[in-house]
Amino acid sequence: MNALRKQLDALKRPFGKGQKFEKFAPAINAFDTFLFVPNHTTQKGAHIRDAIDLKRTMVTVIIALLPALIYGIYNTGYQYYIQTDAPFTFIDAFLHGALKIVPMIIVSYVVGLSIEFGFAVYRGHEVNEGYLVTGLLIPMIMPVDIPLWMVGISTAFAVLIAKEAFGGTGMNILNPALTARAFAFFAYPTYMSGNKVWVSEASTVDGISGETILGSLAAGQEVNYSMMEMFQGAIPGSIAETSTLWVAVGALILILTGIGSWRIITGGILGAAFMGFLFNLWGANALMSFSWINHLIVGGFAFGIVFMATDPVSAAQTNKGKWIYGILTGIFCIMIRVFNPAYPEGVMLAILLMNVFAPTIDHYVVNANISKRKKRWSNAQELKTA
Amino acid sequence: MEIIKKIQNRRGAQLHIKGSAEKVFTKLPTPTRYALTPDDFFGTIPKLIKKEGEKIQAGAPLFHSKNNPQIQFVSPVSGTVEAIERGARRKIEKIIIKSDGSQESVKHEVKNWSKLNREELKSLLMQSGNWPFFKQRPYGTIANPEDSPKAIFVSTHSTCPLAPDFDFILANDIEAFREGISVLNKLSDQAVFLGSDASFPGIFEQIKEVQHYTISGPHPSGSLSLHIQELAPLNMGDRVWVVQPEDVANIGRFITTGQFSAKRTLAIAGNSVEQPKYITTKIGAEVSPILKEFKLRFPQNRLINGDVLTGTATTADGFIGYYNNQITIIPEGNEYRMFGWLPFKDNHVLSLSNTSFSRLFKKKDFEVNTNLNGEERALVVTGEMEKVFPMDIYPMQLLKACLVEDIEKMEALGIYEVVPEDFGLIDYANTSKIEAQEIIREGIELMIKEVG
Repeated sequence: MNALRKQLDALKRPFGKGQKFEKFAPAINAFDTFLFVPNHTTQKGAHIRDAIDLKRTMVTVIIALLPALIYGIYNTGYQYYIQTDAPFTFIDAFLHGALKIVPMIIVSYVVGLSIEFGFAVYRGHEVNEGYLVTGLLIPMIMPVDIPLWMVGISTAFAVLIAKEAFGGTGMNILNPALTARAFAFFAYPTYMSGNKVWVSEASTVDGISGETILGSLAAGQEVNYSMMEMFQGAIPGSIAETSTLWVAVGALILILTGIGSWRIITGGILGAAFMGFLFNLWGANALMSFSWINHLIVGGFAFGIVFMATDPVSAAQTNKGKWIYGILTGIFCIMIRVFNPAYPEGVMLAILLMNVFAPTIDHYVVNANISKRKKRWSNAQELKTA
Repeated sequence: MEIIKKIQNRRGAQLHIKGSAEKVFTKLPTPTRYALTPDDFFGTIPKLIKKEGEKIQAGAPLFHSKNNPQIQFVSPVSGTVEAIERGARRKIEKIIIKSDGSQESVKHEVKNWSKLNREELKSLLMQSGNWPFFKQRPYGTIANPEDSPKAIFVSTHSTCPLAPDFDFILANDIEAFREGISVLNKLSDQAVFLGSDASFPGIFEQIKEVQHYTISGPHPSGSLSLHIQELAPLNMGDRVWVVQPEDVANIGRFITTGQFSAKRTLAIAGNSVEQPKYITTKIGAEVSPILKEFKLRFPQNRLINGDVLTGTATTADGFIGYYNNQITIIPEGNEYRMFGWLPFKDNHVLSLSNTSFSRLFKKKDFEVNTNLNGEERALVVTGEMEKVFPMDIYPMQLLKACLVEDIEKMEALGIYEVVPEDFGLIDYANTSKIEAQEIIREGIELMIKEVG
């Protein structure tokens, strides 16, 4: 370890203060701090600090994403082989998926991190770790056959417009990963919706039809999947959102470590269940009479509410606000599903919509505290003058 | 004795750190140098009275406050002014006095103090150097003698890490403490509140003329800001005064003897200290005798005037602060940890987060050091500050208001009700390594400048 440390220190020397490459220090520091927690000590304020930092937080989210990702890779292959009726093993399916998805992850990280590094050098701050999560989320919520260049452009759009334009990590209003998906959705709708995009090679191989459950319902078709299949995730859909089971494992990791807000997740489930139940009572079309429990386990709802709605930067920031934000996200998700004929899944738009309203929710929550304080002041004033 | 309120707080965290002081006094070699550090008096600009080389008696004024010349700061010992250390822009950093060992002390006439009216009592306290013991809320500056406070608070229960035990410190000073309380009572028409820990009635039961309240719960339950919010919430324009328990005894001793009392009992604690114990010395005494007396476990240490969360760092040739009853010594942490950012790695590093198993060892006392355990980042994680902040205030929103210097918002969000120390645990716990105390201190400085 010491030898490695010495090597690194030697490597870093030209990037030191007053040296030739000082400007590029954030870039080299990003790699260094990936290997070692730095030897920085407290200079002001509290003399001791908690072991947690942003890296640990973000890595915890990545760990929580892994079960859904691994299942998503497997499911990509599984959907392909099951539709082509070819015999296959677990390994075959996994490799088929990996071959599709790993390049997408690489593209997303390379494009996104280059922009992040560029802005870190330009603005002279350290590279924030937030993109480690965003960069993994972007491919996980895309259809499997989307061309790589579209992944790249969507990523660039999300990082530049949704994040850096607002001032970088911590300042953005919209969730960057969802912005990437929304961009792709509106810019390349033929690659993002319909019945030819959800199963690997569906558009090139005859006989594969990959309609999502929500898509079938919107078109008024029968759904041929059992509830167990929906829960496990052996259904067509965006890469890693299909399996409610593995998303739930991720949710458990997030909640137990305290990294994801249990208030938002619980609120979202309550809101969606409530709305689904109301529509069940109404029951005017196939999507409305689709059982509220099934609403919770199909489509991107589970994935969205666990991994996207809980993004602390774009979500509500007060505890009360998180409840309201979560519940409304759930309600809007099901509402958009049921009422929007062009687009059977509502979670993306529901979260983006609530991202926009989150500051307003917080404003009213914080204002309650402010008016309480001001009321106390004016009461005291009256007492004094009386 | 009746308890008017039991403050039960759940938010916060008790940091279990190795090296809490054993309740035994150890004798120090007599210090020869003493110093007053104007930075200890937040918001006060010093105006020197003595020059370098002049002789000075114990209790004689060294400097006064520029804004209020009546508030005098006196020498804790008799001797000569050895040096006046200045920093950038000739700011006075330290006034060092070399003790001559004699006990020559300025004597004030105090026999009939109880017959003095309030103004006469105030000016007696100011002349004799006892006024700096009174601090005010809002802002945490030295009290303005022209105000009439809504209440005076004394809390004998400190919850900070490795906190000194005031029942132990004041056990032999309870008479002086009682006298001090009667002085406080003369200064205010309103109540004097006395806080104790949940083990009440302890030694403070015998103190009459006060409103007793008790506090229980994790740090920062001992924060006076919390007690004030619960018992006498600060409204716009209100003033509340606070006095440290040992300073109440110092005031009491002054009022009986007529001589300024600079007694300071300190817990020498921290995981660097081999046998942490208590010492008795004087305000501003040099630190080096402590280092002679106490064996340290590590080569590189940080000496802290106060506790690990809110104290100020000093050096081996430094001096004891004006207000602290605790010196904490912990090892420096300038070392690398390979892949230390992985969750559940390095569980020996104390953490309040569930991303470390250190939470599971609740009974264990932890070794700590000064490593930042990461680097400063943008504010991302929400909700973690509220967990360790017991007051009815939104801490993150207040910090943001301070950062953008939005005075109206700061007022509305409760800047008058807090002091920087209340944010010590937020400094510790926040993921992005934001310097919350610094931000609040700058916010308060802005308020003093703009609003006053």
